[in-house]
Amino acid sequence: MSKILIGTGTGQNYDEPATKRRGSNNQAREPRSSFAGSRGIKMKYETVIGLEIHAQLLTESKIFCGCSTKFGSAPNTNICPVCTGQPGVLPVLNKKVVDFAIKTGLSLNATIANHSIFARKNYFYPDLPKNYQISQYELPIATKGYMDITVDGEIKHIGITRVHLEEDAGKLVHKGAAGLKGATSSLVDFNRTGVPLMEIVTEPDIRSAEEAKVFMSELRSLLVYLGVCDGNMEEGSLRCDANISLRKPGQKELGVKTEVKNMNSFKSVQKALFAEIKRQTNILDEGGRITQETRLYDDASDTTVQMRSKEEAHDYRYFPEPDLVPLEIDKKWIDEIKATIPELPQEKRIRFVKQYELSEADATILTNDLNMANYFEESVKLLNEPRQIGNWLIGDASAYCNENNKTILDILPPDGLVEIIKHIKNGAISRKTAKEVFIEASAEGKEVNDIIKESGATQISNEDELLNIIKDVISSNPKPVSEYKAGKTATLSFIIGQVMKATKGRANPDILNKLLKKELDK
Amino acid sequence: MELFELTAHELHAKISKKETSCEEIVRSVLGRISKVENTINAFLTINIDEAIVKAREIDEQISSGKEMTPLTGIPIAIKDNMCTKGEITTCASKILKNYIPPYNATVVEKLLMAGAIPIGKANMDEFAMGSSTENSAYKVTKNPWNTATVPGGSSGGSAASVCAGEAAVALGSDTGGSIRQPASFCGVVGLKPTYGRVSRYGLIAFASSLDQIGPLTKDVTDAAILMNCVSGYDMKDSTSVEKDVPDFRRSLINNIKGLKIGVIKDLLGKGIDEGVKKAVIDASNLLKKLGAKIEEVSMPTFEYGVPTYYILATAEASSNLERYDGVKYGHRSSNADDILSMYYNTRQEGFGPEVKRRIMLGTYALSAGYYDAYYLKAQKVRTLIKQDFDKAFSKFDALISPTAPTVAFKIGEKIGDPLSMYLSDIATIPINLAGIPAISIPCGFVNDLPVGLQIMGKAFDEETVFKVAYTYEQNTDWHRNRAKL
Amino acid sequence: MIKNFVILSQNLGIVDDGCACRMAYGHCIIKNMKISNKDVEHVAKLARLGLSEDEKRSLTEQLTKILGYAETINKLDTKNVPPTSHAIPMKNVYRQDKVVAFENVKDITANAPDSEDNMFSVPKIME
Repeated sequence: MSKILIGTGTGQNYDEPATKRRGSNNQAREPRSSFAGSRGIKMKYETVIGLEIHAQLLTESKIFCGCSTKFGSAPNTNICPVCTGQPGVLPVLNKKVVDFAIKTGLSLNATIANHSIFARKNYFYPDLPKNYQISQYELPIATKGYMDITVDGEIKHIGITRVHLEEDAGKLVHKGAAGLKGATSSLVDFNRTGVPLMEIVTEPDIRSAEEAKVFMSELRSLLVYLGVCDGNMEEGSLRCDANISLRKPGQKELGVKTEVKNMNSFKSVQKALFAEIKRQTNILDEGGRITQETRLYDDASDTTVQMRSKEEAHDYRYFPEPDLVPLEIDKKWIDEIKATIPELPQEKRIRFVKQYELSEADATILTNDLNMANYFEESVKLLNEPRQIGNWLIGDASAYCNENNKTILDILPPDGLVEIIKHIKNGAISRKTAKEVFIEASAEGKEVNDIIKESGATQISNEDELLNIIKDVISSNPKPVSEYKAGKTATLSFIIGQVMKATKGRANPDILNKLLKKELDK
Repeated sequence: MELFELTAHELHAKISKKETSCEEIVRSVLGRISKVENTINAFLTINIDEAIVKAREIDEQISSGKEMTPLTGIPIAIKDNMCTKGEITTCASKILKNYIPPYNATVVEKLLMAGAIPIGKANMDEFAMGSSTENSAYKVTKNPWNTATVPGGSSGGSAASVCAGEAAVALGSDTGGSIRQPASFCGVVGLKPTYGRVSRYGLIAFASSLDQIGPLTKDVTDAAILMNCVSGYDMKDSTSVEKDVPDFRRSLINNIKGLKIGVIKDLLGKGIDEGVKKAVIDASNLLKKLGAKIEEVSMPTFEYGVPTYYILATAEASSNLERYDGVKYGHRSSNADDILSMYYNTRQEGFGPEVKRRIMLGTYALSAGYYDAYYLKAQKVRTLIKQDFDKAFSKFDALISPTAPTVAFKIGEKIGDPLSMYLSDIATIPINLAGIPAISIPCGFVNDLPVGLQIMGKAFDEETVFKVAYTYEQNTDWHRNRAKL
Repeated sequence: MIKNFVILSQNLGIVDDGCACRMAYGHCIIKNMKISNKDVEHVAKLARLGLSEDEKRSLTEQLTKILGYAETINKLDTKNVPPTSHAIPMKNVYRQDKVVAFENVKDITANAPDSEDNMFSVPKIME
């Protein structure tokens, strides 16, 4: 494969040494155009990506009826005449859905519409009972926002075109084949029909597959912080489609775009887009043209595959929904919602670094999950050891949660963790024991001090007590002791082992070593 | 007089005085049905056994002291586009030939709570699309005054049943005149309330921003009684208005002195049958005699009402009818090897020609490239029509006109020419576009066929409409006429 | 005004010099605005409406007539006129986020023309 030059605004050649690259006035290269996906591949095209995200909102009931949004119920049990499109039914808007959209819009620095309306999007599909989806077209809830993300130490400003509300469709189960292709029939479950969705559309400001992944991750974090979505891509409560095109650097017009779907995790977002960039690059390099089409990411082959043979532009025949009345969102409503917005993940991260003197990396992990961040801060309030607490949470606690499919809300409470750390600090228990206590306290819900008492696991740190035991061991093991004194330092571990045996492993190792050395050197 | 000839308020008086029982009333009506229904064809389904069981139940409740409402024990016909739980509801279409709604329309719940007895589901134009009830997929209803003529539409079955004594009162629906025009053709009273006054929940939608449910009755008092029962805010209908419902019977006052009434001159010119014109002018003269101030008023945008309506109503309808696809209920074609064939064939087999026509019109009006020229433009003209009414109502308390340009036409006369059929709604359509209330009451005869007088009021001012209608009615005898069958 | 309507209704469909539109409007609006068979097919596809050849033919004719008539609204100047979506102005109608379960879910699935495992069965979706 021939070497491809990195795309920069000035068309520079990255094979040349860095000093030459800078040009006569030694200006740094433009931050806008970046590597098209990963280090090592040099592309001569600029990647232009826009994302379309659908987030299922965390409401109790559906957007237009009172059915439960609970996941995992038996088919067609969370249904009613409204969400199954019976003749004669009418939608009634769930206020919380609007609250959540306003909250999200404000957190994305968007303008909240004073006047917003719903529209019908008409198309036929069996998972859509009315064969139209109630969505928003003109006058969505929020427009013209942005989110800044940090990629490789650089800040990228990603524009948000709009945030709007709509209802989700049902679920199809295909029979006679693994998926849609080749199925002989399909079964429709309307449980999910009418679950509220919030659609977020970005400007085509994303310039690499990695940026897209970071954006999705940050957005997810934000939505979870706001409490509007649980952000689970694998379960489909957060979905992402991408529009992607390439263009020559400096070119103003956008290239032909393709739509990429079926990206079910952050990782696959990055992989899928990278694969598509590769595909489009190859076509353009050979002088070909990109066909505007929808492509699905196929994880197995790590490529994108054609979805439809002929892309037919949909005519959705949008018109204002006559069964719903307009929303007039005044300053009072906006202010009410504004007051419910918590400290957002990026702000918290910055504060953690500053306030607790944590590294950027540690702060990122701790603030990624709001519950972990809260746990951290509560613990630090009880015991001012942010580094230690941070390490426990990032290390043992996270490992425990991952292994046991639990969340930070399932581990022992902050005062319990603080107890453990205190005991380690004053030598009452060893670190190894501490780990065990942590697990038991988290799994069984017992009090830390009770566990330690029960197991007799309290470390012996009392010097007088230990000294007596050491003196006993020395006097009952004259041979190893004399061997050690003669210079066979290896026998020391045997003697230490004897002390440990005598104390049932509870001797504080540091104090033991100190006292033993002192005794033996007498 | 036979029980089936009486009004609801007359029947209520008899029940209260224990001069008759609900069972006797129901039997009288059922007896009438068995005598004339083969001729009239007003019903798609009749609840013979259920009605008698219900009547007996209510009689028992009354004798054990349960309080009565003005509708207790009153047999009512319900247009078959209102969902009745557990009972087949077809919209007079093949596509819903076996549809059993899992819920009651709000108005049906209210009627049942009030003790009314549903006697059957009334025939109609398919999906309420039509002005003659000839578009029903099942049968053609005849006008009891002359069975060679149409009863009007789309609530033709409701109007004919009341007219023929096959129900004491009826419910219909009105999108472009579908209560008022059949009321006019059948010589009964028909009211379209202000948009939002009566819940649409359970009314199988035709044009969402225009549809309203309303009463068809033998006299104005019965219409007020029915309105008292079915009106009111419904949280299941986002377009229903949270306004207090007055006791409409309090508006039944025989006094219109000083009331300013405008006569719409655009609807008294060429194109209106001479006999109809005369009846309406006579009516306006009587109103003048009774103390109202009568003056001509011009509504220059009225002529754009019909074309505006046929863009907006068909656009909304084309979308509302997308749900009839064979997936969840109703007819599914047996020619359905794949989903697309299922859609195409189900809808081809299930919908009648007028419905197809309107779906095509509406889809076209909304389609890419045409939205601005048709739909958006029509929405703007709708604003102009509304402004015309606002202007008129700044000067007048009520407006009057003929309800329809002609009396009942012959069955088969207009069915071949859709556009001429649409034009029979010329006087009623602008009212739906503006959302205001209007009533049709009988005001004369032409060739032994009834003429209807339309009285319009400001939004939510059914009270003035009732007052004018009641006053006129009490000073004439038209409402006492009964068709000879 | 009504005069125009009556003439229109009597004479619509005659697309020649003597036609009604010409008398009423000075030119034949129907001639200028013809719906083609292709238009009808396209619209029928959008509406998932199967049509026989006869139906297509008569619809092409009827739609041309009716839409031609509907075009009369273009005579009105609506430059600064806002559209009306709702005749009675209303705003902010909503409900609280509370679960209200529907008791008769079985009645809904009972209407299914074809079902399996309590789900609505439909024929194959891909062509």
